[in-house]
Amino acid sequence: MLSASHRLHAESLDAEANRAVYGKCNNPHGHGHNYVVEVVAAGPVDEQTGMVLNLADLDAAVRSRVLDRFDHANLNCDPVFADRVPTTENFCRVIYEVLRDALPAGLLDRVRVEETENNFFEYAGV
Amino acid sequence: MIELTRRASFSAAHYYWCEAWSAEENQRVFGKCANRNGHGHNYTLEVTVAGEPDPVTGFVVDLKWLKAVIEQQVLEAWDHRHLNLETEEFRHAVPTTENIAIAAWKRLAPALETAHGASLRRIRIYESPEIFAEYRGEQ
Repeated sequence: MLSASHRLHAESLDAEANRAVYGKCNNPHGHGHNYVVEVVAAGPVDEQTGMVLNLADLDAAVRSRVLDRFDHANLNCDPVFADRVPTTENFCRVIYEVLRDALPAGLLDRVRVEETENNFFEYAGV
Repeated sequence: MIELTRRASFSAAHYYWCEAWSAEENQRVFGKCANRNGHGHNYTLEVTVAGEPDPVTGFVVDLKWLKAVIEQQVLEAWDHRHLNLETEEFRHAVPTTENIAIAAWKRLAPALETAHGASLRRIRIYESPEIFAEYRGEQ
């Protein structure tokens, strides 16, 4: 789980349009979520270890590439959101992209991000 | 392609009964679900749509709009209702979790055709935390 703030605001739209599209998610000082992030790795089970991959390696990758960067942060301040709105759709894709080469090639299957108990997003790389 | 899922809950009553069968047959197949007084569940509905995030807004679909569609097309008809007695689709069909998932798809698919490039991908209905049925449309 990671706790972060964001504000949904598109620079190319005027204030009225931003309000209409994003509603209270456009409030000027931002708001926060406890995002629940699920990372799914898929692959053959190694005959010796019985593992698809070592969970300790997966944990370390998620910690260094995702949690250390985005937990207790303001997503709008991260350079990756300089030219895109930090909707959870875009956040989900960003997490996938920063993890893809941290795991052995081809093992990252998908990333799921739960923004609230009522909505979640999934990206499988295509 | 991002898949976006919205959850909603509704509370409804139902019973399982096949009109073509005898009472004994209904009891044998459906057990205590055949009690004609009915019983109830807190159902959870998950509606999954898929699409590309809009390059300006970052949305696959406006969640406020999706929430309203779910409310209008499903919850108003089913929430706090008796599915067998008060809904058209279950007047004669058994309101199993499977049939509820298919019925939810049929209620939502027309409204979601206007979702600006996003498509309905999956309906999941939880009858309880341990049991769910999932429908992905006719393949």
